[in-house]
Amino acid sequence: MESLIANLSLGLSVAFTPEALFYCLLGCLLGTLIGVLPGIGPVATIAMLLPATFTLKPELALIMLAGIYYGAQYGGSTTAILVNLPGESSSVVTALDGYQMARKGRAGAALGIAALGSFFAGTVATVLLAVAAPPLAQIAFKFGPAEYFSLMTLGLIAAVVLAHGSVIKAIGMILLGLLLGLVGTDVNSGMARFNFSIPELSDGIGFVAVAMGVFGFAEIIKNLEQGEEREIFVNKVKNLLPTKQDIKDAAPAVLRGTALGSLLGILPGGGAVLGSFSAYTLEKKIAKDASQFGKGDIRGVAAPESANNAAAQTSFIPLLTLGIPPNPVMALMVGAMIIQGIQPGPQVMTDKPGLFWGMIVSMWIGNLMLVILNLPLIGMWIKLLTVPYRLLYPAILVFCCIGVYSLSNSPFDVVVTAAFGMIGYIFIKLECEPAPLLLGFILGPMMEENLRRAMLLSRGDPMTFINRPLSATLLGIALLLLVIIMLPAIRKKREEAFVED
Amino acid sequence: MRLRNPKDFWAGVMFALIGFAFAYVVKHFEYPMGDSRRMGPGFFPYYLGLVLGALGVFICVKSFLSDGGPVSKFAWKPIFWILGAVIVFGLTVKHIGLALAIIVLVLLSSFGGHEFKLKEQLIAGVILAVGSVAVFVYGLKLPFPIWPAFIG
Repeated sequence: MESLIANLSLGLSVAFTPEALFYCLLGCLLGTLIGVLPGIGPVATIAMLLPATFTLKPELALIMLAGIYYGAQYGGSTTAILVNLPGESSSVVTALDGYQMARKGRAGAALGIAALGSFFAGTVATVLLAVAAPPLAQIAFKFGPAEYFSLMTLGLIAAVVLAHGSVIKAIGMILLGLLLGLVGTDVNSGMARFNFSIPELSDGIGFVAVAMGVFGFAEIIKNLEQGEEREIFVNKVKNLLPTKQDIKDAAPAVLRGTALGSLLGILPGGGAVLGSFSAYTLEKKIAKDASQFGKGDIRGVAAPESANNAAAQTSFIPLLTLGIPPNPVMALMVGAMIIQGIQPGPQVMTDKPGLFWGMIVSMWIGNLMLVILNLPLIGMWIKLLTVPYRLLYPAILVFCCIGVYSLSNSPFDVVVTAAFGMIGYIFIKLECEPAPLLLGFILGPMMEENLRRAMLLSRGDPMTFINRPLSATLLGIALLLLVIIMLPAIRKKREEAFVED
Repeated sequence: MRLRNPKDFWAGVMFALIGFAFAYVVKHFEYPMGDSRRMGPGFFPYYLGLVLGALGVFICVKSFLSDGGPVSKFAWKPIFWILGAVIVFGLTVKHIGLALAIIVLVLLSSFGGHEFKLKEQLIAGVILAVGSVAVFVYGLKLPFPIWPAFIG
């Protein structure tokens, strides 16, 4: 407990400098902005801002990028409630009841409860992160290559289980991601693989190019394919503070959403999207009177909005303690850390305590800023929504292009990104989820490396993965997950969870 | 033969082709396989490729046992204009400078949308160009030339 206070005060000393506050605010503002705007999410935004963080101090860069992710969770709800369009994919379910509340003239209450619920969830998740991270990092120090390999296997399997849609196609996407991640120079032998004599490819395919192509460009093309229809409740937003009755109705939902979101955020493959879907489903299942869901039930706003914010924050736990990203946004954070010369993993906490605790404290500060920013500034965000998409998407393209080009100041990355835009579009057409691909892409080289090391240590005996108790446990859980998901009864349930009527 | 589940069928084809292609490249270029104790650079990708290929074949076969909707039409117009505009930006920005490249990017990509309003898009392009030069070149000091090479 004492060390926790000492740690937090260290974090406070880092996060409460004018510089850190500025970048935290900047991240939150940017996050809210892209959260409000449909068609651009945190993955593409963080990818395009990565080059801009080259010159920043590491803690400032990470504080800002983290702010974008949880800021987007706040912004996404605004669009969901007012326009019936999810600003973020994690706000899809918020639109169901939030928009109905807005139609009944209760947009203010919906927005208010979303912001307050998110703030509560963010606070809890920050505390959880601060309390859970040190002991987890201690366990991580006991990990050898075999354990890491097994853990990544578990992570990837969990990502499959938690992905939308077809399980088997998700497995395919992971394998494809792993393979694409192997393109480039092999660290052990120095041999260039799958580069076809293209010099730029010997450094591997840039993950920013993959992320931006698949999540940015492909999305834009998909959006242009559909027409543009919006009905915005701009003038009806008043009384942002929910009534006493609202709070009484919403409070238990906020609590449940926070708990579920925190848990799902930690799981590999989890994160904000899964958190909000599950929280909504849970609320509907346990409500005594579920008849109002989909017609403007405040619980349908409170639970998913709390859950997505909690999950956005707890998903930092596996990244900061194990060095393993549980979702594409965290995969980009790995990239950001590597750019700054920091190897993600348990040693971050011991080697760079200022950075680690500063980031955690900044998350709480950021959440506070977001509540303050969002409620009074709601009018400004609504104005943004009136910008038509035909002006919006060229702007997104401009920022994406500048971001990708700056990676190496060569046209090569831009062309690769365009190629992945096409590939990502094909994925959308074939209903193949891109998130597992990106996860596999990041984990590919790490997995190969740990597999080779583990096999070297065991003198070529693959039984090492089963003989070591920690590794065996992790593989056992992975196998169990795989078996469970294949059971017909569970499969039905899973499909239900992702299909919302 | 009629495809019962085209989305799954083509996804399977895609996985099979890519998976086997990776395995083929390992063999064709003779990436060293090593042994289980000292794995060579070919080992992991080779087996991973085979597994993906096999999975692809399995998905293909399985697609004949279930029904699914057709693959919806590709929207070639936005694909062409959006990706084309991006590639043009990448290839020309070094020569024509950031300001002009952004305006070209905005104009070209606008053809991919539902309606094209030259005046509006030009204004948007100019605003974005000015803003980006200010933020990225002057603010963040990214090394872009601002003006075309033949002027500056």
